[in-house]
Amino acid sequence: MPEVRRFRARDTPHLCLSAGALRGIAEAAQRLRGQRVVFATVNTAVAVDRLVKDYGSARAVDGVSFEVARGEVFALLGPNGAGKSSIVEILEGHRKRTSGTVCVLDTDPETAGSDFRERIGIVLQSSGIDPELTVREAINFYGASYQNPTATNELIELVELQDKADSRISTLSGGQQRRIDLALGLVGDPEVVFLDEPTTGFDPAARRRGWKLVERLASQQRAVLLTTHYLDEAEALADRVAVLAKGRIVAEGTPAQLRARAGSALISFVLPDHIDTVADLLAPLSGEIVGRQSSVQITTDTPTADLAHLTGWAHQRGLELEGLTVTKPSLEDVYLGLVGDGDDGGRVDAVDAVDLVDETLDQSGSDLTNEGEGVS
Amino acid sequence: MLSTLSVGLKQLWRCICLQNRIFWRTPIAAFFTLVFPILMLVLFTAIFGNDDFDSVYGRITSSQFYTPGLAVYAAASSTYTGIGITLASRRELGILKRVRGTPLPPWAYLGGVVLSAVWIAALGVTAMVVLGVAAYGVNIEAAKLPAMIITFVVGTASFAALGLALSSLARTVSMAVPAANATLLPLAFISDIFVPFGTDIPQWLDVIGDIFPLKHFGRAFSEAMNPFSAAPAFEWQRLAILLAWLVVGALVASRKFSWEPPVLAGRSSRRRSRASGGDAE
Repeated sequence: MPEVRRFRARDTPHLCLSAGALRGIAEAAQRLRGQRVVFATVNTAVAVDRLVKDYGSARAVDGVSFEVARGEVFALLGPNGAGKSSIVEILEGHRKRTSGTVCVLDTDPETAGSDFRERIGIVLQSSGIDPELTVREAINFYGASYQNPTATNELIELVELQDKADSRISTLSGGQQRRIDLALGLVGDPEVVFLDEPTTGFDPAARRRGWKLVERLASQQRAVLLTTHYLDEAEALADRVAVLAKGRIVAEGTPAQLRARAGSALISFVLPDHIDTVADLLAPLSGEIVGRQSSVQITTDTPTADLAHLTGWAHQRGLELEGLTVTKPSLEDVYLGLVGDGDDGGRVDAVDAVDLVDETLDQSGSDLTNEGEGVS
Repeated sequence: MLSTLSVGLKQLWRCICLQNRIFWRTPIAAFFTLVFPILMLVLFTAIFGNDDFDSVYGRITSSQFYTPGLAVYAAASSTYTGIGITLASRRELGILKRVRGTPLPPWAYLGGVVLSAVWIAALGVTAMVVLGVAAYGVNIEAAKLPAMIITFVVGTASFAALGLALSSLARTVSMAVPAANATLLPLAFISDIFVPFGTDIPQWLDVIGDIFPLKHFGRAFSEAMNPFSAAPAFEWQRLAILLAWLVVGALVASRKFSWEPPVLAGRSSRRRSRASGGDAE
């Protein structure tokens, strides 16, 4: 293990550099000295660098790097088994990492103690609540573990359980129990909140209210790290999204940037049955071909030219392309393209991903939540 | 330093209170720990009569035999079975994992579970002894009271450590319940608790009983109440064996105890199905 030294922006007040520039310096230093340099701006709450986690011979997390700023909602989006929970549990101090550097609130969670846990809030899928207690008792008990707990009544109101405040937790529905989870994650007034699939089991209305709550957390300058496999949740909540597949980040950026990655249009159609070779059809297209079976999807920035070619090809042969549509790609299209096709999940190359990070970090001084991307 | 300690002790006290509250809301635990041993004393005395018989403690009444033995059984089941099952269940439900993610010191949480079990054990033993003395004229002497108290403390400490070890090895409720019963119940039969074997017991059973701690806990406590034993009636050798078991339990627990829910195929899907049960408003 090389020596790890940390430099913080506040240690060098005469220096005023953007996060992108800092990263450049860090990379240069690493090239020169062979040293690992982790940098963090004052605003950074979570910094993860080349994180690896193995379970036996299986690699669950394979070199993941990202950062979360205060006041930012960062989503790890991916299918089950992509490594989301492993990453979050390493950041919470629940698990040990195999290699890489992890820094949460200037602390290494692996060796951190009570002081660290004072400052983080955890909402896990896999953690239960004593079924014998009432809602109020549970919030009182866990709250009193912190030095400055939020008032119990305030939290009960926040998660809208006033009617159930004195009911035993065992008598509550699954969704209601998840809302106590949320309350218990926030009771210590945390600076960083980890939300592991927080709205699983919520009905649509409760889900919307849960989202409002998360937005409010970010507006209170807390850093929120969210894992989800709901695309609409990532799109609605996250300032930035990292798409995870097989333990790697395959794309990272604002939801708008990810959508832009898919090109300006998505052309889909069904290939006629008797067509064996489609090379002459597909080769000249400028866009990226997503679907590869009989149902073809092409993401493209030049839909007019590609459509002209497609329809010309079909018209020449007297074929009708069934289900031919041109649509604006959704985040889901991008996502499925990135994680769907099994082995070729790593479509976005590393340099590309770093560029995206830098772009976003450069803006981190400004208000990240005002990206101007209306969420429908 | 001092303030850290006082904060820690305050947290410990909160944890003890919480565990007690949960205990009284779990009727099945309260029944098996407190009511069941008393029921056995009443039944045994009713069935066998309260006459004198020759026991390992000399010629005593059957209630004089059963009262301290069943008191020890209540103490052992409150600590060993109680702690073992409670912690396995909390682990399985992910409650231990939640606790580990808060600033609550782990020692305060586990200390709360242990000391609450010891408190319940003290209630069970007191109830048993009071009933024995009041209803059956069981012998109790002020000069031997220190021996009773010290034996109780050492015995419950030992069985509490073994309860922690049990929950470390049997990591789910479905493992901890049979494991606790399969160990404590047979031992109660060969440790002069349920059955007054005296000296007629086959030697191999006697040897097995001597290896495990229940017999030593029972004998030491019974001698402290025995009308023929001389004050102060400390059974130092038996207490030493109990302390040895305390060390064994603590070693196993310190190596094997886990706050993480065991990874079982059914667990996450069960939790999900519970969660997808909807949000009844």
